[in-house]
Amino acid sequence: MKVVVVGAGIVGAACAFHAAAAGLDVTVLDRGPVGAGTTSRGEGNILLSDKEPGPELELARLSRDLWDEAAEELGPETVEFETKGGLVVASTPDALGALHAFAARQAAAGVRTEAVERVGELEPHVAPGLPGGVHYPQDAQVQPVLAAAGLLRAAVRHGARTHTGEAVAAVTGTDGRIAGVRTADGTVLPADAVVNAAGTWGGEVGRRLGAPVGILPRRGFVLVTEPLPPMIRHKVYSADYVANVASSDEGLETSCVVEGTRAGTILIGASRERVGFDTSMNPAVVARLAAQACRLFPFLRGVHLIRAYRGFRPYCPDHLPVIGPDPRVPGVLHACGHEGAGIGLAPGTGALVTAQLLGRPWRGADPAAHTGLLPDRFLTTGGVPK
Amino acid sequence: MSESADLVVVGAGPAGMAAAATALDGGLRVVLIDSGAAPGGQFWRHPPLSAREAVPTADLHHGLSTYRALCATLSAHEGTGRLTLLLNHHVWTTAREEDGFAVHAMDRGRAPEERAVVLRAPALLVATGAYDRQLPFPGWDLPGVLTAGGLQSLLKGGGVVAGSRVVLGGTGPFLLPVAAALAARGAKVVAVCEAAAPSAWLRHPAALLRNPAKWAEGARYAGTLARHRVPVRTRTAIVGAEGEGRVAVVRTAALDAAGRPLPGTERRIEADTVGVGWGFVPQLDLLLPLGCDLADAGDGTMAAAVDDGQRTTVPGLYTAGETCGVGGAALAVSEGRVAAVSVLTDLSAPARPGTRRPAAERRAVARHRAFARAMAQAHPLPPAWPAWLTDDTPVCRCEEVTAGAVRAARADDAAADHRQVKQLTRAGMGWCQGRMCGPAVHCLVSARDQPYAPTERLIATPVTLGALADSGEPTTDPS
Repeated sequence: MKVVVVGAGIVGAACAFHAAAAGLDVTVLDRGPVGAGTTSRGEGNILLSDKEPGPELELARLSRDLWDEAAEELGPETVEFETKGGLVVASTPDALGALHAFAARQAAAGVRTEAVERVGELEPHVAPGLPGGVHYPQDAQVQPVLAAAGLLRAAVRHGARTHTGEAVAAVTGTDGRIAGVRTADGTVLPADAVVNAAGTWGGEVGRRLGAPVGILPRRGFVLVTEPLPPMIRHKVYSADYVANVASSDEGLETSCVVEGTRAGTILIGASRERVGFDTSMNPAVVARLAAQACRLFPFLRGVHLIRAYRGFRPYCPDHLPVIGPDPRVPGVLHACGHEGAGIGLAPGTGALVTAQLLGRPWRGADPAAHTGLLPDRFLTTGGVPK
Repeated sequence: MSESADLVVVGAGPAGMAAAATALDGGLRVVLIDSGAAPGGQFWRHPPLSAREAVPTADLHHGLSTYRALCATLSAHEGTGRLTLLLNHHVWTTAREEDGFAVHAMDRGRAPEERAVVLRAPALLVATGAYDRQLPFPGWDLPGVLTAGGLQSLLKGGGVVAGSRVVLGGTGPFLLPVAAALAARGAKVVAVCEAAAPSAWLRHPAALLRNPAKWAEGARYAGTLARHRVPVRTRTAIVGAEGEGRVAVVRTAALDAAGRPLPGTERRIEADTVGVGWGFVPQLDLLLPLGCDLADAGDGTMAAAVDDGQRTTVPGLYTAGETCGVGGAALAVSEGRVAAVSVLTDLSAPARPGTRRPAAERRAVARHRAFARAMAQAHPLPPAWPAWLTDDTPVCRCEEVTAGAVRAARADDAAADHRQVKQLTRAGMGWCQGRMCGPAVHCLVSARDQPYAPTERLIATPVTLGALADSGEPTTDPS
């Protein structure tokens, strides 16, 4: 089976990695280099801690196991894979109560959670006086561009090809089934199936393939400090992050996530704004993230910010990724809309897409177990997104 | 602190000073902001006022009468209250707002304290100049290896002669004043290694003839160098530096037409200090995030695209001087004046200047630009310079990324630009954020004829998180 994966970000690379390993004939098509879009704009989060029980958490649990496998194959050092664990801290007794209730529901869904009374024992530099938190030992981190490049190289070792170009249209056969992808320079890449892994541009690519999906951008800023000796051991964030991730609020939300990296820098996320593809700098967001980070780790007040970057998370209206065959154009599969969780969910998505292509489970991904992510949920009988 | 004006000028070098002076004369309220302790920028860098008597630097300068006239104009307008001159202020970002621009700065006048300052104006003029372009070579990370501009700053800013036996290398007319100044202040300048051929200037006679002042300036430097017996070696480059803990020996070699070292021509020269400059890179950090278009400056770099009134492609945003392409202080002054006239016109300021002078300034800009283009063509980067690098030569010094690692990113992951190399290798992710290594990484991976465009940097200078935290509006955040 010939498969064209549109998008060489983390999700496209993971789709190619799994599909090529399964013996499919894979070509990855992207207009730019590997991981140049949203993949390069995040922190490399592999999180279970921020997810409500439901279809996304199910995929995240599968994906977490597949990250262990993938890191083993690629070499954990080469992709800076770190099983550092997450620490969610509450700032008030009320917030701690809500956090414990949330963690209990996650535990019932199979997530490992550990209540922490003295957060200072896990994070010596955290602000004094915090009432407590929850430790999530499964949370991990990866350097996303290295990971995407590594997955793509591994896919190529399994026989996949890469093609630089921009997908402009589907080529369909007389039966309405997809037969290939036409690129901007007129090349036609023959395909029995096309995977739309174009991330934030997945809505546009879907439209060009005749299978539009409603993917929208949600802007986020990340701050990067000067390099320091190790000061922060886990991914540390405040309990209100969970509420913001799931929120549909139009305006600015910030709830900081603070963590160290292998290179010594400290990353501070994450803001969420619905401003379309507006790339302009928002100093107020930067100031707010800085203030929240300093409240969590007071030593940061004297630390220099040296860089900030922003990207656009691809989100669907219900905040779930859209993964699976599009009923309107046989042969088109979507694998996009992962919002801020694309790095963590990538291997699970790649395995699930591969299973859907094969028509049987693949590496623990059973299509029948993830029907909540299918594109059908957006489609009315007329075939137009609701 | 938050302050509003008609125009904010960032950078009090030749372009910014001239722009501010003209705008003030035209009746505008202006904020002129600079990170230095005194106006002048790099070109007219001076010691702090308190040290002027003790450290005379007048002999190191060129065009001081213009500088003094601009200083007089500015201080007169400080007197009228229309000019707010903010020194020791570091602009860390700018943003577009509904009615113009917000310029976010940190006041470091009482360092280490940092105080957030926001300036708002309908018009913004960025005159942030340029910085030395560096190409790596084995040993360039040794203490004692400086930029040519750095050597000049130490001299002009504090009367500091950074070494006793100095070798200068690179390309471009700027090496000559640095050599002359060092020699005049007692350093032994052992060699000036100019990569270009001696005949290169003669290929553009028209541009040279139209700028007699430049001839005079060049002749003055040549006289100083001859007096101090400073050898200028053309078609020669510094290809290595060696030493234990500090540079002790410089290796130079004659170059073939492509810039490859000619076998058998290598010389070892004892030196304690090396100054390197391969021309300059426009400082675009504040302009790029505002979304203005760039244009090929003709010297291997991209610069801000401007119309003949120094307007960028963003309404209300102007730029003058090296940000529009490196061309020297005289050009910067003319561009600053032209830009200010555009601001006056665009804001419909009441006292418009006559049309005669702006036309003359525009002609001066065209003449200086032609000269700058001729200089750029006479002093290209030698295309084969990467031949000097060994695989273990550090290219990014902050993150210790080697030439081998950069080449591997190109070969293994098809990295074709410096941004992609950064993502894969961390080259350009350290303290300097690629300001130093960016042009070199670009040359190592990009197509040869493609000019260097820096990555966008949303944070133009490091600032502490504490100062940022205090700068924001109080939040309703429960944590």
